[in-house]
Amino acid sequence: MALLEVQGIKKNFGHIEVLSDISFSMDAGQAVSIIGSSGSGKTTLLRCLNFLEKPDGGTITVHGEKLFDASDSTRVSEADIRRKRLHFGLVFQSFNLFPQYTALENVMLAPQLAAKERGTYRQEEAQIRTQAKELLGQMGLSDRTENYPHQLSGGQCQRVAIARALAMKPDILCFDEPTSALDPELTGEVLRVIRGLADQHTTMIIVTHEMAFAREVADYVIFMDGGHILEQGTPREVIDNPTKERTKQFLAGYSRDGA
Amino acid sequence: MFYTVTLSLLEGFLTTVKLFALTLVFALPLGLIISFGSMNRLPVVRLPIRFLIWIVRGTPLLLQLLIIYYGPGIILKMNVWGSGDEGRFLAALVAFVVNYACYFSEIYRGGIQSIPVGQYEAGQVLGMTRTQIFRRIILLQVIKRIVPPMSNEIITLVKDTSLARVIAVYEIIWSGQAFIKSAGIIWPLFYTGVFYLVFSGLLTVLFHTIEKKLGFFR
Ligand SMILES: Nc1ncnc2c1ncn2[C@@H]1O[C@H](COP(=O)(O)OP(=O)(O)OP(=O)(O)O)[C@@H](O)[C@H]1O
Ligand SMILES: [Mg+2]
Repeated sequence: MALLEVQGIKKNFGHIEVLSDISFSMDAGQAVSIIGSSGSGKTTLLRCLNFLEKPDGGTITVHGEKLFDASDSTRVSEADIRRKRLHFGLVFQSFNLFPQYTALENVMLAPQLAAKERGTYRQEEAQIRTQAKELLGQMGLSDRTENYPHQLSGGQCQRVAIARALAMKPDILCFDEPTSALDPELTGEVLRVIRGLADQHTTMIIVTHEMAFAREVADYVIFMDGGHILEQGTPREVIDNPTKERTKQFLAGYSRDGA
Repeated sequence: MFYTVTLSLLEGFLTTVKLFALTLVFALPLGLIISFGSMNRLPVVRLPIRFLIWIVRGTPLLLQLLIIYYGPGIILKMNVWGSGDEGRFLAALVAFVVNYACYFSEIYRGGIQSIPVGQYEAGQVLGMTRTQIFRRIILLQVIKRIVPPMSNEIITLVKDTSLARVIAVYEIIWSGQAFIKSAGIIWPLFYTGVFYLVFSGLLTVLFHTIEKKLGFFR
């Protein structure tokens, strides 16, 4: 059974249909890359998966549990949404680190609050700290744990943000153009840690404009255009041998840039 | 003479400080409640509060003092403020609290609305509750942003307390002025300025310290 199954997701903003009938599925340990031109709905799709937007149609199923079903009109409580969204993690384009906390505190905050709510903070305190340090170490930031976000470079900030998302142990980690806000020199270090995660078979959905990276890391590629999935398949199928004219056009723009 | 004047002014200054401190005690939290009201999704909540803020910020505090003190007597034909010094002080306090709460609420609102949505969303996707997000992520960032405009407003309040004398609250300017009639000297009135300067000087140092304390993040 697939880990994630997305069926017929629709989303309108006013009269504009931003997502129409988005369906795909992915297995545990896979890295899926979503590509497509600006405004095609990639961010909106990730936001729907993370319950930041409520789709107008469709279902989202994880581990066979239907997390979202637009046809079910019973009201979902905030607590329920909180529990459900923890299946997903989201790394934002603009990092959104908490400025008043150090790198380590940024990573620890959510696990600490969750442990406090469970009433097990005492027992877990040390372990949360150890885990946060390990994650930052894995991101190559062992010497930066006590720094505040404004003392870090963009690439370092984004790596803290990745550690912060991993600390909640999501089933599926989503990245929304994780390197778009970075200078080219800093892009590499972030892509390197994502590649490292892929090597460990972390389940990931990566929205990216880095075609070479998508081809290399993704097990599966989705090409979106105007709120539709135009093509999906292996990188070899979608990136190297696209069948649709629109996909070829989009990819041609990249090869011209030499990307 | 200098000694007598100083003592007399100190007495007036005590009332000034009392009015100042009590206004802050009530207006700081009330302002936060008003700011939440002014940002409420429901127009029935939001609009009346925006209307109140418009009235309060759109008219002179001097006029509000007079209306709050004399208004109930004229409209309800009864004295709601009690008699004597205490009644007048209470009326002045209410006027100051309402007025400053409205100004504070706009500062709070500006502070809260200047926090990027990404901060809320980052908390949400990490599974935090709305309360946790406000208390653990948003609040300190808001405080950092509002300290400079707040300190301005609070230093203005120090001087605005002198308006209370229009309803005969015996604050420091009143004490100074009294010497013109009783002793025919005007310098005690000018001397009151020293008290204001020292007080606002202390506040400036305090706010500067707070700003520095919050300088550890951006
Ligand atoms: N909150 C919103 N209200 C109205 N329209 C929106 C909103 N969010 C997104 N849109 C619109 O939805 C469409 C898809 O936006 P989205 O951000 O998902 O695209 P994207 O594929 O992520 O683009 P990019 O590559 O530029 O990030 C755009 O036309 C956008 O203007
Ligand atoms: Mg986007």
